[in-house]
Amino acid sequence: MNLYGISGEIFLAISGMIALLISVFSSKGSSLKITTRFCNLSLLISLILIVLSHQNSGYLFNEMYVYDGLSLYSKILIILGTILTLLIGNKPQKIDGFNQPEYPVLILFSVLGMVLMTSSKNLISLYMALELQSLPLYVIAAINRDNLKSSEAGLKYFILGALSSGLLLFGMSLVYGAVGDTSFSSISEVSSQNMSSILLVGLVFILSGLAFKISLVPFHMWTPDVYEGAPTPVTAFFAIVPKIAAITILVRVTFSAFDNAVTSWQQIIIFLSLLSMILGSFAAIMQTNLKRLMAYSSIAHMGYALVGVASGLLEGVSGVLIYMAIYIIMNVGAFIIILSMRRDNQIVEEIYDLKGISKTHPFLAFGFVTILFSMAGIPPLAGFFGKWLVFYSAVNANLVFLAIIGVLTSVVGAFYYLRIIKIMYFDENDVNLDVVENKSSMAILGLMLFLTLSFGIFLNWFVETTMGIVSLI
Amino acid sequence: MLSNIPILSSITFLPLFGALIILLTCSDDEQGGKNSKFVALWTSLITFILSLFVLFNFDNDLNNFQFIEKVSWIPLSNVSYHMGVDGISLPFVMLSTFLIPVCILASFKSIKKQVPLFMSLFLILEVLMVGTFCAMDILVFYIFFEAVLIPMFLIIGIWGGVRRVYSAFKFFLYTLLGSVLMLIAIFYIFSKTGTTEINEVAKFSFPYEVQILLFLAFFASFSVKLPMWPVHTWLPDAHVEAPTAGSVILAGVLLKMGGYGFLRFSIPMFPDASIFFAPFIFVLSVIAIIYTSLVALVQNDMKKMIAYSSVAHMGFVTIGAFSFTNEGLAGSVYQMVSHGLISGALFLCVGIVYDRLHTREINAYGGVTDVMPNFAFFFMFMMLASVGLPGTSGFVGELLVLVGIWKTYPIVAIFCATGLILGAIYMLWLYRRVMFGKAVKEEIVSLEKLSQREIIIFVPITALIFIFGIYATPLLDITQLSINNIIDITEFHQNKNTVSQIATLKD
Repeated sequence: MNLYGISGEIFLAISGMIALLISVFSSKGSSLKITTRFCNLSLLISLILIVLSHQNSGYLFNEMYVYDGLSLYSKILIILGTILTLLIGNKPQKIDGFNQPEYPVLILFSVLGMVLMTSSKNLISLYMALELQSLPLYVIAAINRDNLKSSEAGLKYFILGALSSGLLLFGMSLVYGAVGDTSFSSISEVSSQNMSSILLVGLVFILSGLAFKISLVPFHMWTPDVYEGAPTPVTAFFAIVPKIAAITILVRVTFSAFDNAVTSWQQIIIFLSLLSMILGSFAAIMQTNLKRLMAYSSIAHMGYALVGVASGLLEGVSGVLIYMAIYIIMNVGAFIIILSMRRDNQIVEEIYDLKGISKTHPFLAFGFVTILFSMAGIPPLAGFFGKWLVFYSAVNANLVFLAIIGVLTSVVGAFYYLRIIKIMYFDENDVNLDVVENKSSMAILGLMLFLTLSFGIFLNWFVETTMGIVSLI
Repeated sequence: MLSNIPILSSITFLPLFGALIILLTCSDDEQGGKNSKFVALWTSLITFILSLFVLFNFDNDLNNFQFIEKVSWIPLSNVSYHMGVDGISLPFVMLSTFLIPVCILASFKSIKKQVPLFMSLFLILEVLMVGTFCAMDILVFYIFFEAVLIPMFLIIGIWGGVRRVYSAFKFFLYTLLGSVLMLIAIFYIFSKTGTTEINEVAKFSFPYEVQILLFLAFFASFSVKLPMWPVHTWLPDAHVEAPTAGSVILAGVLLKMGGYGFLRFSIPMFPDASIFFAPFIFVLSVIAIIYTSLVALVQNDMKKMIAYSSVAHMGFVTIGAFSFTNEGLAGSVYQMVSHGLISGALFLCVGIVYDRLHTREINAYGGVTDVMPNFAFFFMFMMLASVGLPGTSGFVGELLVLVGIWKTYPIVAIFCATGLILGAIYMLWLYRRVMFGKAVKEEIVSLEKLSQREIIIFVPITALIFIFGIYATPLLDITQLSINNIIDITEFHQNKNTVSQIATLKD
């Protein structure tokens, strides 16, 4: 058997085990630093391997594993997102009070699960990959064991996550019962001929399970608590990377397994998307904790991204994929700022702590303002183009009401982003915020800023690439 | 040779370079502030000179967009970066490039904190305004149109008055809410016609019911921007709190984006719906003219009074535009240009006394004429122009609109004329209370005279208002052919409707 197509994942698995050994055997003081470096390096190498091995598309292991454009695109986003979050979370970790070298190792294994997930074309491989990515996440949510909030977050996440895995597994067993096979191609075949009620119920359960992973309303309850409780570098990782994998597999399930039953899942997706947009926008108004605010903002963003899936059109999926790239850019930028906020060497995460930062740290403030306007979807910033693509696909699919509610909630969303801008720029400076500006974070912020400002120039490249990818799903 | 230079893009994006230079090199201290003022002024002046080049090379007899630039942006969806000017957009491009240096010069003294940021935001604002008026692709238009919110929000919020936060939020959210509905309408047009070229879309005729909905979506955006009664409430707040230069550009150019939108999109693209909604718009505009004039009458805040008078003057713009007569449409464009100059200048006048006395309360003034004779002249001139005295550009615009509407709906013309009288009342009263009387108050007596810089600001505006007041032909010639196109479209649809009505009657 030719394992070339999966070489990147195999490399990642082996280096994960080596990283585990390194973390144990290196000296206690520098263990975290060395392990993080090693993990970054191996992520980079596996990224190169994946890019090389995914040049052609094909199947492995009886169509359980597929390597194609979609998986390549998501894997690049996932690994780049992980490297960026590891880099920006690198310095603050010590002050955050957790020093466990297991952190990067667990992230490495979780990433392995995610990249496998984006490649799965079978319910069994999907489930295995999903659990592989979830279990390390539960642990790193609670990695700050001495902190009550962190432990609570981990426990909450674990219990609800286990429930959602149960839902997913139950749905899969129903689908298996109806189809008699677990591969997506067989499901697609059967669902095109006879969309039985068992299959439909199974589909609903599978989508619910996935909705939990993307934190879509009404499966979002864990998100604000986990985001707030987990140490900030972990929150950054949660906000950015697992969403890409989960959205990708959602696209695969809907457009590859149930591609002939669009009307069956379309209403579910519309429902999830509507609720997420509305709740994400309205609930965030009341938040003053930046991390909780980012949680609701990410719920709303996932709702917007899902509009593209709801359209049931390939150009909608292309919009979703571009949206995810933009989402990473904006969130990495936002978390750099959140990670660097300090007062008297204590972490602060209230939005009012940002008061007057525009005078003391003009570059940071300018970066955050740009990113917030982009999140609000104001042109010509990156966020606008994401919204443009998904809402356009919705209008194209005659879902005008969905698009209208989408833009209206984005006006509500604009309010809370503006409030942060107001605090930074309009309020007088009466509390002084210490900011840990380390060079690598600032360089990354500069890069994200550049991408946010000039995304329109790259838009065509993204549209052409993703349209090429989705035409082959 | 000329066609090879992307002149419109140069005008549009030159200020961006200025803004980048300021942001990257000027520090937030005294020297940095000085340098940034210098860079901003020169960049905007060079931009203005470049735009004069467009003005002089514009062919009035060519019934099409000119200086066209087209670069494919997203070939898959057939969207391109497409720029060009015609008779309707050129006056607004000129207005923008003219007012920006004036604004920058006007804020040399009055802006004291974060000067480099202020200057760069103004240059960015110029990029977006010129881009809005030059765009020939609806999506490109939308991007420029909406992006204006960002610099304006920051200008009001950072350098504004006491209630700046409230005003900035109100401004941002009101206008955003209006324009997102337009965005959906743009997507709908895009998905039905497969193109976003303004010219191509105008050729496409939508079914009647669809036109109504699309018109309403565009109306939501433009009526807030213009602003029309009853969605005008953000304007007085924004004007009162914004710094002087912000008010000037808000009244001078940003409001015109709404009127420009009606002329460029609503009427040519949805002619049937425009004809259907014209009476409705007349009613709103007449209410705007009379009601806001009455409201202006009781204001104690000078800026608020001028803001309300802006709403009233914009009522003339919509009435002229939807009269579908040659005079009305020409008057509508004329009124917009002239109001841009006059109200901009009035806000500058208020800014000048505000810089000295730090209050806008009318009662705090009185007898300024004795102390500041030069200022009294300029203020008087602007006040009379705002009232519509013959010999000023305000007269020409309002007269043309009145003639145009008299032809179709004489009753509306009567109400408009009433508004003119009310306008004269509040403006003259304002002038009497601020300028005349004896200068008894100590702080009034010690007011400084106009500085050279301030006189330099006023002279070109005064000259332009005067020239446009006695010699209207150049501006009317520029707009003539483009307005004829709009009239052709609406007349065609009006006749078509009458024919179909007759046909149904016969049945």
